[in-house]
Amino acid sequence: MSKPERQAPPAPLEYLRRWPIRAWLAVVAVFLYAPLITLMAFSFNNSRRNIVWRGFTLDYYVQVFQDQGLLTAFGNSLVIAAVSTVASVILGALTALTLWRFKFPGKPALEGALALPIVVPEICMGVAMLVFFTQVIPWPTSLAWPLNLGSIIISHISFSFSFVAIVIRARLASFNRELEEAAKDLGAGEWRILRDILVPHMWPGLLAGALLAFTLSLDDFVITFFTSGPDTTTFPVKVYSMVRFSVTPEVNAASTLLIIITVVLTAIALRLQGADVAKDAAGVA
Amino acid sequence: MTAKTIISFENVTKRFGKVVAVDDVSLSICEGEFFALLGPSGCGKTTLLRMLAGFETPSEGRILIDGEDVSRTPPNKRPVNMVFQSYAVFPHMSVADNVGYGLMVDGVLPAERSRRVEEALALVKLEGYGGRKPDQMSGGQRQRVALARALVKRPRVLLLDEPLSALDAKLREQMRSELSQLQEKVGVTFLFVTHDQDEALAMASRCAVMNRGLLQQVATPSDLYEFPNSRFVADFIGSVNLFEGRFEVDEADHAVVRAPELSTPVYLDHGVTGGRDATVWVALRPEKIELHKRGDGQGAPALGDAPDGHNVVPGVIRHISYLGSESVYEVELDQGRRVRTLRTNLTRRDQEDFTWDEPVWLAWHACSPAVLLS
Ligand SMILES: Nc1ncnc2c1ncn2[C@@H]1O[C@H](COP(=O)(O)OP(=O)(O)OP(=O)(O)O)[C@@H](O)[C@H]1O
Ligand SMILES: [Mg+2]
Repeated sequence: MSKPERQAPPAPLEYLRRWPIRAWLAVVAVFLYAPLITLMAFSFNNSRRNIVWRGFTLDYYVQVFQDQGLLTAFGNSLVIAAVSTVASVILGALTALTLWRFKFPGKPALEGALALPIVVPEICMGVAMLVFFTQVIPWPTSLAWPLNLGSIIISHISFSFSFVAIVIRARLASFNRELEEAAKDLGAGEWRILRDILVPHMWPGLLAGALLAFTLSLDDFVITFFTSGPDTTTFPVKVYSMVRFSVTPEVNAASTLLIIITVVLTAIALRLQGADVAKDAAGVA
Repeated sequence: MTAKTIISFENVTKRFGKVVAVDDVSLSICEGEFFALLGPSGCGKTTLLRMLAGFETPSEGRILIDGEDVSRTPPNKRPVNMVFQSYAVFPHMSVADNVGYGLMVDGVLPAERSRRVEEALALVKLEGYGGRKPDQMSGGQRQRVALARALVKRPRVLLLDEPLSALDAKLREQMRSELSQLQEKVGVTFLFVTHDQDEALAMASRCAVMNRGLLQQVATPSDLYEFPNSRFVADFIGSVNLFEGRFEVDEADHAVVRAPELSTPVYLDHGVTGGRDATVWVALRPEKIELHKRGDGQGAPALGDAPDGHNVVPGVIRHISYLGSESVYEVELDQGRRVRTLRTNLTRRDQEDFTWDEPVWLAWHACSPAVLLS
């Protein structure tokens, strides 16, 4: 410590202080975030051509809210996301509980099948859904809103509940079985234990699973594209059809809104989850 | 001690596949006892306790609580409560909610409930901690929460699985006496599992020693130590010198055992029933063997309760461990056998009395050895 003003050489794990790593991080940041920032910036650009900055405007947001087709698609997306989230969280939680709690014949097969919707290419899932809902069980297209969204909702549930089940299963693995026995010892029956002990423990997993299901559904394009009809477009499908003609500032504005919604939801969920995880980390030990 | 039986195991066996965890155990525990289940790891203590709590069902036999067969009763319907080894305090509930949980499940009204929770917290010296969350408590405090949570239900029997094993040495000592006081205060029967013999001897009014699923001996701590019924118990509780031998004399008022490893016969001031020609073992506790000088042709000491030429053997000190309050001497006999003896350092000079490689006499009273038939 003869020259305190001189910087110490980097410690073994201080990668951030080596220049190649810094450069690499900078490159990653640019390619990750620059496109998103450009998209958001141009949604406020007072110019129809997305090339030169001509001043700030909110016109395109106003136009988004006046575009009936876009609003309908957005509403569809929200309804589909909400319904499929609730359904897949319930289904996923029950599946995870069953797999965690019971031994039964065919359990390894079921566990394997659970991962199937995650590994099967989306395009195949999409085609499968299309075939299923047109030829095996034709979904009536003439139903009133929101029943006409049924086929999309069902296909979203079928892939997102796997994710939910896996997340909750992982959470359950950290459950101390003595807690369950303690509750039983104190007089609680099966349902009470589920409500008072298991669900509170699963809570961060339920939240994370719900968030995952919601965002997966909200931005799913491939599978939805195959199952949606002219009256049942969702937001991503609508954006795609708009972009086919040209990338207009309205598309930028709509996408920005979607990004903000997703980011806010994620932040809320992480917040709730972080608080919960920190709380019981010490309690269990 | 009241003699009313509160728990009885009747020929209880528990198998896990091929493993026999508990083997034909019959045991009665009386009201108000502080009972310890003691034994090495894997001997089936936890399994026996869990069968009483209802988490395992016996493969054979019956378990009675207050004379009623509870073998098939689910845990939530039994009048016993348990303190788990990990304490199993519910992490998402406050301390008061934890303690009150059992009462809430039973439908006790909130006013009555909070009164009893306060009472239970006071009992374990956690007044004012009700609003805290478990993660704001130390390990010792969490254990008290678990105790209060079980006691608040006023169980007939409180079960504790290795209650002190997760605490540090100092706190463990303190909790030993606190648990004993608590038990006296509430008067509930305590049944606790431990593999620590000191813990069992210090706290229990009666102990059962288990080995490989079998009940070896059930007795008070002092009887276990002074009158073990087998080599296993003698060796498991405390430290012991065992000598194999055969009876030479076995009368009603005295007996003589000849052990090849000892140069003189062992004289006992009491008769031993059974085992006429069979092999027996003489068990001598280290502190019951006296050390005497032999250096300058000093003759064998006579303790006065055995005929000459009995209960005294020559040897040489081969190792000394000075432990402060006492010293342990390892003495080699003529036949090469090493014997542990223990001598309390009554004065500050006592430890200088004997040195390494000093010839000594080992002598013991006629009432000190225990004869073991198995
Ligand atoms: N659920 C189970 N399934 C299979 N075998 C078991 C089960 N529980 C206990 N055992 C076996 O039964 C035997 C007794 O186990 P137990 O837990 O009762 O021992 P213990 O005396 O409590 O030991 P420790 O002091 O290590 O806790 C062991 O051999 C153990 O492997
Ligand atoms: Mg155990």
